[in-house]
Amino acid sequence: MEPATEKYEAVIGLEVHTHLLTRSKLFCGCAAAFGAGPNENVCPVCMGMPGVLPVLNRRAVELAIRMGLAAHCSISEYSIFDRKSYFYPDLPKGYQISQYETPLCKGGYIDIATSGGARRVRLVRIHMEEDAGKNIHQDGTSLVDFNRSGVPLVEIVSEPDIRSAEEAGAYLRELRNILRYVGASEGRMEEGNFRCDVNVSVRPKGATEFGTKTEIKNLNSFRFVEKAIAYEVARQIETLAAGGRIPQETHLWDPDREETRPMRSKEFANDYRYFPEPDLPPLRVPAELIERIRTAMPELPADRRARFVRDFALSDYEAALLTEEREVADYFEAMLAAGLGNRKTAANWVMTEVLRVVNETGSPLADAVPPPAETGRLLKMVEEATLSLNAAKTAFAAMCKSGGTAAATVGELGLVQVSDEGAIATACDKVIESEAANVAEYRAGRDKLFGFFVGKVMKLMGGKANPKIINEILKRKLAG
Amino acid sequence: MELCRLTIAEARALLARREISAVELTRACLDRIAELERRLNAFITVCAREAIAQAEVADKRLEQGGAPALCGIPLAIKDIYATRGVRTTCASKILEKFVPPHDATSIAKLRAVGAVFVGKANMDEFAMGSSTENSAFGATRNPYDLQRVAGGSSGGSAAAVAADECLAALGTDTGGSIREPASFCGVVGIKPTYSRVSRYGVIAYASSLDQVGPFAKSVRDAAIVLRELAGIDPRDSTCSARPVPDYERALTGDVKGMRIGVPREYFVEGMEAEVEGAVRAALRHYETMGARTVEISLPHTDYAIAAYYLIATAEASANLARYDGIRYGLRVPADNNIELYNRTRDTGFGAEVKRRIMLGTFALSAGYYDAYYLKAQKVRTLIRRDFERAFETCDIIATPTAPTTAFKIGEKTADPLQMYLSDIFTISVNLAGLPGLSMPCGYDSHGMPIGLQIVGAPFGEEAILRAADAYERSGAIARRPPAI
Repeated sequence: MEPATEKYEAVIGLEVHTHLLTRSKLFCGCAAAFGAGPNENVCPVCMGMPGVLPVLNRRAVELAIRMGLAAHCSISEYSIFDRKSYFYPDLPKGYQISQYETPLCKGGYIDIATSGGARRVRLVRIHMEEDAGKNIHQDGTSLVDFNRSGVPLVEIVSEPDIRSAEEAGAYLRELRNILRYVGASEGRMEEGNFRCDVNVSVRPKGATEFGTKTEIKNLNSFRFVEKAIAYEVARQIETLAAGGRIPQETHLWDPDREETRPMRSKEFANDYRYFPEPDLPPLRVPAELIERIRTAMPELPADRRARFVRDFALSDYEAALLTEEREVADYFEAMLAAGLGNRKTAANWVMTEVLRVVNETGSPLADAVPPPAETGRLLKMVEEATLSLNAAKTAFAAMCKSGGTAAATVGELGLVQVSDEGAIATACDKVIESEAANVAEYRAGRDKLFGFFVGKVMKLMGGKANPKIINEILKRKLAG
Repeated sequence: MELCRLTIAEARALLARREISAVELTRACLDRIAELERRLNAFITVCAREAIAQAEVADKRLEQGGAPALCGIPLAIKDIYATRGVRTTCASKILEKFVPPHDATSIAKLRAVGAVFVGKANMDEFAMGSSTENSAFGATRNPYDLQRVAGGSSGGSAAAVAADECLAALGTDTGGSIREPASFCGVVGIKPTYSRVSRYGVIAYASSLDQVGPFAKSVRDAAIVLRELAGIDPRDSTCSARPVPDYERALTGDVKGMRIGVPREYFVEGMEAEVEGAVRAALRHYETMGARTVEISLPHTDYAIAAYYLIATAEASANLARYDGIRYGLRVPADNNIELYNRTRDTGFGAEVKRRIMLGTFALSAGYYDAYYLKAQKVRTLIRRDFERAFETCDIIATPTAPTTAFKIGEKTADPLQMYLSDIFTISVNLAGLPGLSMPCGYDSHGMPIGLQIVGAPFGEEAILRAADAYERSGAIARRPPAI
């Protein structure tokens, strides 16, 4: 008999909340930055003092439109904000300003690559809203930090087009890449500026109706999203296969036990009582503004990936790795601009040396490694054979620490490769002279000794001679 | 000469000529407050020390000459305006000890021109009421008859002006809260076009209806204060960028050829005969001055109160959610959040506020939104269109401000629906976002003032002020100050 898992398919939709990269909050002038001391970035407006009013941050609207355009959404020239009412200590006004019936962006899709091939995940909408503060429970008391209150968010809602945990992961990674590419968000889950809720249901394969869904919250890493989906899908299939029913519930992911658990119904039984926010006029986005933003859009990850494969003859894997972060891809292209002929060498260098340093130091790319033009100059020396690949690695490590230029570092460390044929020929002569016995053996047919002579010459040249030239000259002289 | 009885126009001349000082003027008002407050209860907080300090600063400015019109003028401020460093209660127990860190834009503007704030005026809690009986600090009494209400919700502001405790006052008007108390207390009160004055820092009751406006002893004074308040505010996205005219210059005294619309739906059953008589007499007087009256129809008038009590309460249910005991204001501790909210709000809010929060919450609930809130918004559109159509045949509209004069304290508290009818003539004007004012047009047989409401087209403040000023200056009625 076919196992139960083969008879069912999962139907998954994701709701992603991500902070927009603005300097100030959505409705007041307070800094939106992460990391300040508790309640340092607050004012009467984001504290919900009596009588205060919201004023919309234009930059946030532009970033949301950028995201919408990147995800192929249609941008609404007219949208309105709504109040979403619920009581919670971190929600200072007792309502969140959000968008309900008329989101800023409608439709759209994200294309993803999966082990089963390319898939398209359609979007329902992208809307703007403000974030809430943060409750902190310590020493038996509860405190609230309102720094995050009013920070601009977009909520990106997918259609239930996702069929597996793997696809969900691929979707989230692509979404995050796009957000970072267009400069809309940093997309960092660990700082809470990229959050994800998951809706999961299962149904018999071939069915057209949806099963009853479970909503899973508290997922703060991609790995948790994948694990939670896998867990929940298995749980639902098991329940259905045993003749059980799935109640519509909200679950919390417990990362310690690696399982989802239903929340108490009291925690989510909300009637949000949406109605249009009377303190904000309707948001009108002129078609010209949308066009201006569209024209200024950077190249998107998918397009860049395709271009890297096409123009630089890179593999799909290499192109994907290089384009995952916009700054890495930018770095790679800036290196090429230094006149490098061999793109594979440059690509390998970025994927190994550059990313290794970035990973090791944990610093942003720009702080961790030399400017791309200098790295490009360094690799150019390898290409022109004035530097060996090993010497280049030594120089690169030094440059990362000192911030020196390629030329100065190679000079200071005495790494320049000698290609002077006269000097190399002299060294070869000396070795042949002092190793007469071995030379005789070689000439008698012991080819293996060639490497031994190369080593001797290299040693004599202090390790800086161009090995290719040593090979040529030595071969000629030994043959003579 | 009792300085507190001066109008702004009179005081401004005397101050400019240095015949009186701002400190003298302020002290006169503070003395008057000290004399009357125990009987009137027009103020929640009197700011004697701060007012004298402000007057001293104003005197220095006046000394140098060229000071703004309101420099050194003592004003009462409805306790709904956030005043930095001065307790702002909104007449609610829930904000009994709340001292805001911010100034309302209107307050900031008046501070900048050197106005003096003698105190925070009493009101219905969160501006919900028509009599100032819904105040956690006790009802304000009408200066014409201490057994009667001052009207509401800005009853303290109206009474303070009528009783000469200040020269003018700020109120707010969501459904008639400036015009009805102005009518009951025999003073001038104007609610400008929605968006004409910033709402920033004015504690919100119903955001799409609330509007700021002045009370004054004369139309001219109201025009002077309004000019300082009106205009764009970067803190209020709903505030109009339209340039602000010099309202005082609109007061030409000339109403010749002006077409005054008289809505047939506004002379209703239940209206006091003396009120109707006084309003009809005023209209006849306008005709003698060269204006023309034309009958108009506002066919959706009957639905206004119902629409108002859905829209206003829906917005209020959200606006008042922030009073949760977490960040400021009253907190009644409990074991968990839900219980803390329940106890805080149960203790902190009065009965009428709770009633309206519940009404609004219900109107917005899942499954009821379309039938109530959405339907009410449609009615609102119809009411706005009624006025648009009416203004095709007239320049201003004249009606009674309220169907009755000030009623007895306690007379309507047991019957909220009766109380709601006090605003039957004013509410439509808020729903349509129009400017409206109330001015005295006579007194009933008990000596209680009767109010005439004049309504303008959007941003038609100049027209209604001109019409009101012309009437006032014509000597059609002899003003009778309260005997208090």
